[in-house]
Amino acid sequence: MIIKQLSIFVENKRGRLAEITKAIAAAGVDIRALSIADTTDFGILRLIVNKPDEAATALKEKGITVSVTNVIAVGFDDKPGAFSVPMQILADNGIDVEYMYAFITRRSEKAYVILRVADNDAAAKVLTDNGVEILSEAEFHEMMC
Amino acid sequence: MPIFNPEIECASRDYLHALQSARLIKMVKNAYENVPFYKAKFDEIGLKPEDIHSIDDITKLPFTVKTDLRDNYPFGLFAVPKGELVRIHASSGTTGKPTVVGYTQHDIDVWAEGAARALSAAGGTNNDTVHVSYGYGLFTGGLGLHYGAEKLGATALPASTGNTNRQIQMLQDFKSDIICCTPSYAMFIGETIRDMGIDPKTLPVRAGIFGAEPWTEEMRKQIEELLAIKAYDIYGLSEIAGPGVSYDCECQNGMHVCEDYFYPEVIDPDTLEPLPDGQYGELVFTCIGKEALPLVRYRTRDICALTREKCACGRTTVKMSKPRGRSDDMLIIRGVNVFPSQVEHVLLSLNMAPNYLIIVDRKNNLDLMEVQVEMTPDMFSDTVKGMEAEEKRIEAALQSTLNIHAKVRLMAPGTLPRSEGKAKRVIDNRKL
Ligand SMILES: [Zn+2]
Repeated sequence: MIIKQLSIFVENKRGRLAEITKAIAAAGVDIRALSIADTTDFGILRLIVNKPDEAATALKEKGITVSVTNVIAVGFDDKPGAFSVPMQILADNGIDVEYMYAFITRRSEKAYVILRVADNDAAAKVLTDNGVEILSEAEFHEMMC
Repeated sequence: MPIFNPEIECASRDYLHALQSARLIKMVKNAYENVPFYKAKFDEIGLKPEDIHSIDDITKLPFTVKTDLRDNYPFGLFAVPKGELVRIHASSGTTGKPTVVGYTQHDIDVWAEGAARALSAAGGTNNDTVHVSYGYGLFTGGLGLHYGAEKLGATALPASTGNTNRQIQMLQDFKSDIICCTPSYAMFIGETIRDMGIDPKTLPVRAGIFGAEPWTEEMRKQIEELLAIKAYDIYGLSEIAGPGVSYDCECQNGMHVCEDYFYPEVIDPDTLEPLPDGQYGELVFTCIGKEALPLVRYRTRDICALTREKCACGRTTVKMSKPRGRSDDMLIIRGVNVFPSQVEHVLLSLNMAPNYLIIVDRKNNLDLMEVQVEMTPDMFSDTVKGMEAEEKRIEAALQSTLNIHAKVRLMAPGTLPRSEGKAKRVIDNRKL
């Protein structure tokens, strides 16, 4: 149910993103999905990769601040109104979304979103109980190939 | 321009030398006999008051630093019994303890004399009204100029700070001739006058005396334009007396020191050796004319140079340049003394690495302080909210120690200068 996400601190400095992505490439790691949150002071790069632990080690060796965060991947029909269903379920159950981002796959008529909530297990449970699709890590990576 | 005390201010160097020598001998005796701290310090180097024969012997004396005042908080360095004190002032300290200064009636008179000389050098006379917009209180600014104005025989107007519209109303209605405040407040008043559509030339005020914080020649020009006045600098520090230790004359190219009471030296802050006139170094004062707090060779930390060249105004007293920095890295931000070491203490208390960079800017005449700190790995959060909460937590800790707000910017571990060696900890973009 839980997918590992890399969260990387990005200082507002030219070339920093290039440095980070090169370190990931050098470790032979593929990036599957990404988003960046930015403030005037810094950014937080969030990545889903095929080998999160290897990527984290490689980044740490370069002195880059990285942590592994647990997130969930939610799938729903790619049609108007479908995305509001899981959002409403979470809201009804008092689960706040910290952030989320969409990603694309090479197959399927479904849309997928990475969700970061305070309690992943609780979120995953209410969503599956209400018939929403939650991808396992294996399913996620399989879909990306 | 009138000179308040021409006998002293225009005295021959020989006369001043004799006066300073007599006062130093008396003052050293007072310090040795009445302040155990100085007795111990003199004994330590085998110096007796009798070894001081003239002002030239001043270099034999040990230095006093701000920490000595704090270590003897509050009254440990006072040389007179409580009954002789008539006033206490205090300035904000670095570790919560303020620096406390006591005055006898004689000391108050000395200080008022200095402030009166400053007002006179700015063209003030007994016919003038002096609008004092410095803060009144433990801070020496307000009462210093207030007593100076009265000593001059002028009319003191204790406006104090705040309520700028009312200040402007008073300037108009009371027809004040001289205004005294911090240079940044003068700028603010000037801008407010402009924004209100008042022509500054319609205000009777013709001169301003500004001090208590560093300011530039550019600011002087701006203030002179905004208020249509001539702007004079004044120097002082509460440990020595307050504003009036030295002051601009109409030449505006250095401040005449009241060297009959406050004897200045400039030293190399590293070797502590005296430097010749014209060379920049740390300014040191000996309070040769004061009773309650007879500070011996007090290191001000201000960097400036002295000149004894003849001044066109007719005064013969030594002039000091505008301070061009500090020998330690103390910063004055919005009038508050800030030491980088305080930031270090706060970080250590939060279990963070003592690596930081302080960046000071001035925008719209307001000082802004930013502190860049290295986060610890466990402070890193994948949410912006989480990171901002960490910044807020450090900002709150800094605020409670520094007494001013500093914006905190989190940096990745290992990206700031290390604490060993002479790391650059401060970038002051204010160009003062
Ligand atoms: Zn002069």
